Amino acid sequence: MERIPILKMGEYLLVTIQVDMHDRVAMTLQDDLTARIVSAHAKGVLIDISALEIVDSFIGRMLGDLAAMSRVLAAETVVVGMRPAVAITLVELGLSLTGVRTALNVERGMELLRRRIAEQGRDGAGSD
Amino acid sequence: MPVLISATHGIHTPEDVVAVRQAVRQRAVELGFNLVDQTKLVTAASELARNTLQYGGGGAVLIEGIGDGLRRGLRLTFEDKGPGIADIDEALRGGFSTAGGLGLGLSGARRLSNEFQIESRPGEGTRVTITRWR
Repeated sequence: MERIPILKMGEYLLVTIQVDMHDRVAMTLQDDLTARIVSAHAKGVLIDISALEIVDSFIGRMLGDLAAMSRVLAAETVVVGMRPAVAITLVELGLSLTGVRTALNVERGMELLRRRIAEQGRDGAGSD
Repeated sequence: MPVLISATHGIHTPEDVVAVRQAVRQRAVELGFNLVDQTKLVTAASELARNTLQYGGGGAVLIEGIGDGLRRGLRLTFEDKGPGIADIDEALRGGFSTAGGLGLGLSGARRLSNEFQIESRPGEGTRVTITRWR
C-alpha cells in the first residue's frame, strides 16, 4: 500500500503530497502524521500540496482535520504551495479551509511556523 | 448535440475515482479547456465519482466530448443503482454541516458546472449529468 513520506527537519515535519491520492492513502496519512508528531516531538508541520492538481471536498476536509489534530497535539500546521487554479476551484466549490494556515511555499511556511512557535513560547512563558 | 468522443469508466474502488479524474483531465485537455476550467471539471468529477462509490454502491461514468459547430463541451453522466436520494433539494442545499458529505459534493459539483441535472428514485438509483462549455 502506498504511503506519503513524512520527513523530519529539526523540530518540524515536512509532508510532501506528490501522488494523486485516493481516499485510503489520505486516511493513512492522518494516522501516520499524528503518530509521528508525538514520536518526533514535532512543534510544527508543513504540508506541501504544490504537486496536487485538485483539492476536492474530501482532501479539503482531510487538510482541515490534519490541522485540527496537530493543534490538539500542540503542533502548528501550515499548508503550502497551493496552485492558483486549485484555490479558485476550492472557493467556488464552497470550501474555504477555515482554520488552516497557508503560505505560498515551503520557505515562507517555515518562516510562519518559526514566528508562530516563538510567539507561543513568549505567551506561554509565564503559564507553562 | 453531436457527440465527438465518448468513453465509459466503471467506478467500484477508490482507485477508480483516481482513474476517472485522470480520464476527465485528459479529455478536458484534448478539448482545449484552460487550466482553471480543467481543474473545475476534474474537481466536480472527483466529487461525483466519490458519491457514486460511497452512496451509490458503485456505478459508472460516461465521459463525452460534445459540440455543435459553435462550441465544444465536456459532458459527464454518473449513474448508479444504489438506494437513491429521497430528498434531492435537501441533498443539494449545500450541507456544510454534513462536513463535506453528499451535500457539499453534489452542490459543489453543481457550482463548478455550467449545466447540472439530477434524477433519482429511492430504491432505483441516481443519475447526475454535468456539462461544462469551453
